[in-house]
Amino acid sequence: MDAPDTVRVDYLLRLGDDSLVLGQRLSEWCGHAPALEVDLSLANLALDLIGQATHLLGAAGDADQLAFHRDVLDFHNCLLVEQPNGDFAQTMARQLLFSTWQHMLFQRLTGSSDQFLAEFAHKAVKEVAYHRELASEWTIRLGDGTEESAKRMAEGLDWCWRFVPELFEVDEALQAAIDAKIAPDPRGFEEGYRSAIGAVLSEAQLEAPAEQRPILGGRRGHHSEHLGHLLAVMQHLPRTYPDAKW
Amino acid sequence: MSGEGSSGDWPLWEVFVRAKGGLSHRHVGSVHAPDAELALAHARDTYTRRSEGVSLWVVPSAEIVASDPEQAGELFEPAENKIYRHPTFYDIPDEVKHI
Repeated sequence: MDAPDTVRVDYLLRLGDDSLVLGQRLSEWCGHAPALEVDLSLANLALDLIGQATHLLGAAGDADQLAFHRDVLDFHNCLLVEQPNGDFAQTMARQLLFSTWQHMLFQRLTGSSDQFLAEFAHKAVKEVAYHRELASEWTIRLGDGTEESAKRMAEGLDWCWRFVPELFEVDEALQAAIDAKIAPDPRGFEEGYRSAIGAVLSEAQLEAPAEQRPILGGRRGHHSEHLGHLLAVMQHLPRTYPDAKW
Repeated sequence: MSGEGSSGDWPLWEVFVRAKGGLSHRHVGSVHAPDAELALAHARDTYTRRSEGVSLWVVPSAEIVASDPEQAGELFEPAENKIYRHPTFYDIPDEVKHI
């Protein structure tokens, strides 16, 4: 039983850390968004994602312990979600690329052999569909907006583009989860993903960025410098006052 | 919120929420948004985040036709002394339920 459990925990950490790190990133917008209504939209996305992380990390172990007392090398999130917010366009580019992937993944995860994951995905897929929709709407408006907004949207996509291949990378650990029928194989929807993103970009009057050298490694703990700073902010309080209670 | 390019440039939309099937939509407030789709998204994120509704309407505030407060006297006061318009002069038999 030992080996299959390691496979399951590793997969739960990948999904849970994606949601946790992106939720923390988005919460940095709180009080700084371009409009009050957008502030609320982003806070809602952040809360949805942190809610997902609570479930996923809770299924992998003690959620608080995992979120606040792990070091950067032990995080399994993809590199895309830890990227800085940049301006609003870059945040929406990251959201479009991630939420579209997460939505397509969760649609398939509802068929997982793992009962917890199947039930989790069944519930989460609806909120993620909204994240995807919102990010698509903003991408279209900014891309097909003013000269300035189109330029920023293109730059935001260009920043995020090199982190897309990692979303479809299947390493040994993920292959084991796929073999155990816990995880869907992301390569099965890569083509659909590329054409879905392409459709949004063409409605937004934007060109897909030129292919760049992919950057991989987040799933195995090789993160960009940005994650360390994010964790320092997120983990500061519980690490300084380990027994603090609300 | 930063000042430039903020929601001040966006038109205002009135938001109506249907709390559950069978009830009417009720006015709950307003949001700024650049167009109808985003007005719905903003209304959803602002007014239904605690499961307040099952359906939303948004209407451009500029499209609302309001009565003139100056005319309040002639429009509404005449109804005040017409108590016979209230259906309160009937005895309802005990057997009749759901009224």
